[in-house]
Amino acid sequence: MSEQQTITLYPSRQFKDNARAALKDGELRQSLRTAMDYLMAKRLSAFSDGDELETLRTLGETIRQRCLAKLPELLEKLEAQLTANGVQVHWAETTEQANEIIHGLIARRGGTLAVKGKSMVSEETELNHYLEARGVTAVESDMGEYIVQLAGEKPTHIIMPAIHKTKAHIAQLFHDKLPDTPYTEDVDSLIRIGRNALRDLYLKADVGLSGVNFAVAETGTLCLVENEGNGRMCTTVPDMHIAITGIEKVVEKLTDVVPLYSLLTRSAIGQPITTYFNMISSPRKPGEKDGPREVHLVLLDNGRSQAYADEQLRKTLQCIRCGACMNHCPVYTRIGGHAYGTTYPGPIGEIISPHMLGLENTKDLPTASSLCGACGEVCPVKIPIPEMLMRLREEEQRPAGEVVAHPLRGQGAAHTGKEALAWRTWRGLFGQPGAYKLFGWAATRLRGLTPPGQLGWTQNHVPLKPAAKTLHQLVRERDAARR
Amino acid sequence: MQPNSAATPAAGRVRPTDVYFFGTCLLDLFLPEAGMDAITLLENLGLRVHFPQAQSCCGQPAYTSGHPNEARAVARAQLGLFPNDWPIVVPSGSCGGMMKHHWPRLFAGEPEQALAEALAARVVELSDFLLNVLDFHPQDRGLPTRVAVHTSCGARREMNVHVTSWALVDRLGNVERVVHDHESECCGFGGTFSVKHADIAGAMVTDKAASLQHSGALEFVTADAGCLLNINGKLAKDGERVFAGKHLATFLLERTGGKA
Repeated sequence: MSEQQTITLYPSRQFKDNARAALKDGELRQSLRTAMDYLMAKRLSAFSDGDELETLRTLGETIRQRCLAKLPELLEKLEAQLTANGVQVHWAETTEQANEIIHGLIARRGGTLAVKGKSMVSEETELNHYLEARGVTAVESDMGEYIVQLAGEKPTHIIMPAIHKTKAHIAQLFHDKLPDTPYTEDVDSLIRIGRNALRDLYLKADVGLSGVNFAVAETGTLCLVENEGNGRMCTTVPDMHIAITGIEKVVEKLTDVVPLYSLLTRSAIGQPITTYFNMISSPRKPGEKDGPREVHLVLLDNGRSQAYADEQLRKTLQCIRCGACMNHCPVYTRIGGHAYGTTYPGPIGEIISPHMLGLENTKDLPTASSLCGACGEVCPVKIPIPEMLMRLREEEQRPAGEVVAHPLRGQGAAHTGKEALAWRTWRGLFGQPGAYKLFGWAATRLRGLTPPGQLGWTQNHVPLKPAAKTLHQLVRERDAARR
Repeated sequence: MQPNSAATPAAGRVRPTDVYFFGTCLLDLFLPEAGMDAITLLENLGLRVHFPQAQSCCGQPAYTSGHPNEARAVARAQLGLFPNDWPIVVPSGSCGGMMKHHWPRLFAGEPEQALAEALAARVVELSDFLLNVLDFHPQDRGLPTRVAVHTSCGARREMNVHVTSWALVDRLGNVERVVHDHESECCGFGGTFSVKHADIAGAMVTDKAASLQHSGALEFVTADAGCLLNINGKLAKDGERVFAGKHLATFLLERTGGKA
């Protein structure tokens, strides 16, 4: 595992190959379809009042946009409040810096074992591999993440990391990987096996790691949303707690959290509220009997500033990571999360990954959408995802040398002279009535010469063949007949 | 993507005597009969239908492919074609969505901004126009049948007019409208998406075609040429000889006896 850390791989570059392979996996297709249907139905039942949903979405959008508008100020305030509360704040521009900071904190204590609550940002930095290579074992404690880690895989969904796995997969995995574990497909037994395996680790761990759902600037509070109680264990049992999150997760006030939390849990899995909601404001205080003695927060940029700099693309950062866009995406439903080769899959992944990895490594993601709009329709904070996709398509088609106000990393990655010429030709034909008339005339007269192969189209369809007469011509003939 | 309620827009809600017809490039080149059927349907309802011969395309293919300059050049060529204050009827949800919602954005800050906005306000999708402006109550002269309705994502999520296609079909006395599995899901067309990501688009259209075939319907209707070419092209590729779709305009004209 540690060997892989040194090689920089961009599996997102192989998106089309990954997708093709996933499409052939019938079991995966079936699992995803069933799971996504279930999640869509659950979300719908949680928002039975359409008017309330719209009011809440508008509120969520307003809050996120207000907080982003004040982001630099709120981050300073958050740091000041957390510091006053005894929480130490660290800033990381890159994933490497974040990993160095976290490893440094663990090494200072001579730690060798970390127990982790769910954190997608730590997936972004590939923290587990980084620590592993330096003699620190990081064990995932969220059941889905634990399963995925045991299988040597990455999460396939941001909320349900092991959604692609069946009961039988997990039964076999536990049987193979955990000592003295009989094969069972009983779900309760499987959960018990996992929990028992994790239980001791909380007590042994030197450090607890976690993500953050909302960081409240006003009070210096880190909010953590979870269902299994593992997040609370990770953040209270070990002597040191290190939280990591992206800079966009800050909200202004404690009252901002309430509607966002409601939108998050209902959009994600149709839950009115999660089993656990943790609010972490300080390390153990003198006289207190439990809680970590040190609490740290690592704030990561990793390309977020690039999205932030552009007024339109800034909306990408409104995301509260509910996963509803992937649950409703006809593309995600068919290929699953691994195919994207990015930490964040699905529609949100298509619009945020280019900022993290550069368009040169993600050029097939913005186009991997029919722009059906289902993602934008369900987004709890109204991110106009199709609009973002179109903008990224524009930036990856824009010639690399063209100077713009906010250049994106990898500008022009999808630009080819061939495609640019095709669109210029299209413009010449469709942009002038005379040329278009001639084109229609030629296309209908020469329809017998329609090529049998038409790029990707004829992979799934009979060739597109022009009609014998265009609508223009039919109308002209009709008008002539009437005169 | 601000959906506008099919029931509310004030502009063009008064029954006009004349309308412009924007045929769309896909209908023009591949399904011109469906365009003629829509025109005939409107004429049968007593309207004078004006088809500007200089029209070509709304610009959507380039716009959604990351080439807004090319899209603007083609859209610009359409702007001068509708001088009178008549509704511009478009027999396609996605092209209608492009003109209504994206033209104002495409021409923001351009000299044609005001004109593009004025035209956008007059754009109305065919089924919306038939139902909400003309209050069309088709006299069904056809034999009893069952149909499924596929609404394009442009119609559903940009124009909010999927309910209008349903309502029109429901007004046909001898037609039973059946719901198909995952009805609100995209058919996988998406313009250049179906070429650039043919594997994924293929999986989507395979599922959509199967779901329509297994719905119990004898045929399906849609008010969008892109979806129609996509699904019918897939069915034909698979050798399906009986089950196919047709444009809503064609279906309505047939049912009302306006087409042999």
